[in-house]
Amino acid sequence: MRKDNHTLKTGSHSFYKAFVYFLLTSLAIIIIVPLTWAFTASVKQDVEFYGSPWALPKGLHLQNFVDAWQKASMGSYMLNSVIVTVIALGLLLIIALPAAYVLSRYTFKGNAFWNTLFMAGLFINVNYIVVPIFLMLNNGDKAIRSIIGHPFFLNNLFILALVYAAMALPFTVYLLSGYFKSLPKEYEEAASVDGAGYFRTMVQVIMPMAKPSIVTVILFNFLSFWNEYIISMTLLTQPGLRTLPVGLMNLMAAQKSAVQYGQMYAGLVLVMLPTLILYILVQKKLTQGMTMGGLKG
Amino acid sequence: MKHTKGRGRFIFFCLSPAIALFVIFLIIPTIDVFRMSLYKWGGYTDDKTFVGMQNFSKLFQSDKFYQAMQNSILLIVIVSIITFAFALLFASMLTREKLIGQNFYRVVFYIPNILSVVVISAIFSAIYDPNNGLLNAFLNLFQGAGSEPILWLGDQKIVIFSLAGAMIWQAIGYYMVMYMASMANIPESLYESADLEGASRTQQFFTITIPLIWTNIRTTLTFFIISTINMSFLFVTAMTGGGPDGATEVILNYMYKEAYTNSSYGYGMAIGVVVFLFSFALAAVLNAVTKREHLEF
Repeated sequence: MRKDNHTLKTGSHSFYKAFVYFLLTSLAIIIIVPLTWAFTASVKQDVEFYGSPWALPKGLHLQNFVDAWQKASMGSYMLNSVIVTVIALGLLLIIALPAAYVLSRYTFKGNAFWNTLFMAGLFINVNYIVVPIFLMLNNGDKAIRSIIGHPFFLNNLFILALVYAAMALPFTVYLLSGYFKSLPKEYEEAASVDGAGYFRTMVQVIMPMAKPSIVTVILFNFLSFWNEYIISMTLLTQPGLRTLPVGLMNLMAAQKSAVQYGQMYAGLVLVMLPTLILYILVQKKLTQGMTMGGLKG
Repeated sequence: MKHTKGRGRFIFFCLSPAIALFVIFLIIPTIDVFRMSLYKWGGYTDDKTFVGMQNFSKLFQSDKFYQAMQNSILLIVIVSIITFAFALLFASMLTREKLIGQNFYRVVFYIPNILSVVVISAIFSAIYDPNNGLLNAFLNLFQGAGSEPILWLGDQKIVIFSLAGAMIWQAIGYYMVMYMASMANIPESLYESADLEGASRTQQFFTITIPLIWTNIRTTLTFFIISTINMSFLFVTAMTGGGPDGATEVILNYMYKEAYTNSSYGYGMAIGVVVFLFSFALAAVLNAVTKREHLEF
């Protein structure tokens, strides 16, 4: 009797387990198939798109990538994206690291005020303020045109990078402060006994310890800067200055009138490949970092 | 004395770049949103006129506003509930069961989160294409090839659900990883004793897992509201542009169009204020409704 009951239970359990595998595999397929399809579509010739979409490509039509890179200027857009992402990451680290360090480990007048304000900044979303930023820069251009003779703020990759860095600031400061707070006070005391000044203590003692958090910050912000397009399409209006996702959006629009599917999917692969490679290399770190920070910037 | 002077200078140099960037690109534009919602201003000229609440009264008489609001609320409801249910289900399966390829599933489910929304939009446009899209070709396997193609992005009644599908596809993995992190903290012994008492997997899920990660669930509810409002803007911008005939016009998209494309800056900012207050109020209500006694492990 007892034994029967047991076999019944394991029987229903293995059925349950099969069901779990079925659900998990279904979702995995729903995610992997469209991505794989996009990769195969990027090497198809345009005529192949009129047949069944499930057909495998007839050959490696790499001309799509050449066309996307040259004719659709995705090559120069990629260069723009690289420039903006690198500058924005650099600015962000140089500005956020000292600020987070001071805000989390020093007590001074106004400390609580700035901490609260940066926390409040987490709730400001860029979609609400992108047009005010555009107008602010536009007004700045009007003023500076009368001084130096040409506009400066809009259509400027460096300014875009600066705006990106600013948008990432609250989350980055929050994440880094969390780490700095967890360090014992003895580090600064020991450094001070050894005669190190404030600046040297920060750069040579604290920063090296914060390396894992810095890596997390770089990973997350790389993804958000690389993938961003709302600010980019608002602040960069000259076609030559587009970043990669905005370029892809243009290819999508162009594809509706002139049929250039292959080129569009090649462009798509160019946008997503760097993020996919990075993710495969560091996926563990990324998901851990996400739960550490608790929310997305 | 010299000591404290150097300290103050150090704090100043560390903090001021971050504060400058934060104030210029986040605080001032945010204040601008609220201030300018009281003005009638095109954005490019110098003549601003103070009109008080006129923008708001105009807004509440606008059919377009109600349509956009309706679409946004529909998306918040659909996307949040489905994403929530699936993310919770998959997280619990991946943490509770001993499975082969556990890590593989986790890695795959998170992939959509690292892709640019433009990339996802382009892929889903291909999936939803009426003539040679993946979805219709797949459905034809069951219905026979002769049937009328479904216009996933062209039919006003369907398009919002197609959009929701893409958004859910993107979001499940992110929330799943968050739930997995808090589920991993639940001690195994609780489930073991529940097993001995003969509680089924479903009972365990509702009486142990859900109550113990309740704090985390409440936090994510706020995320759901805020991120659906924001993500729907990103998706609509890249995928449908609000069409066909306003069927996917969402609230931030409407704001962006009025303020940037249409140059009714003051009016656009009034929309922003309303959305901001709306999302804040909705989050507060949800937070109050879901308040439970805090459980410790």
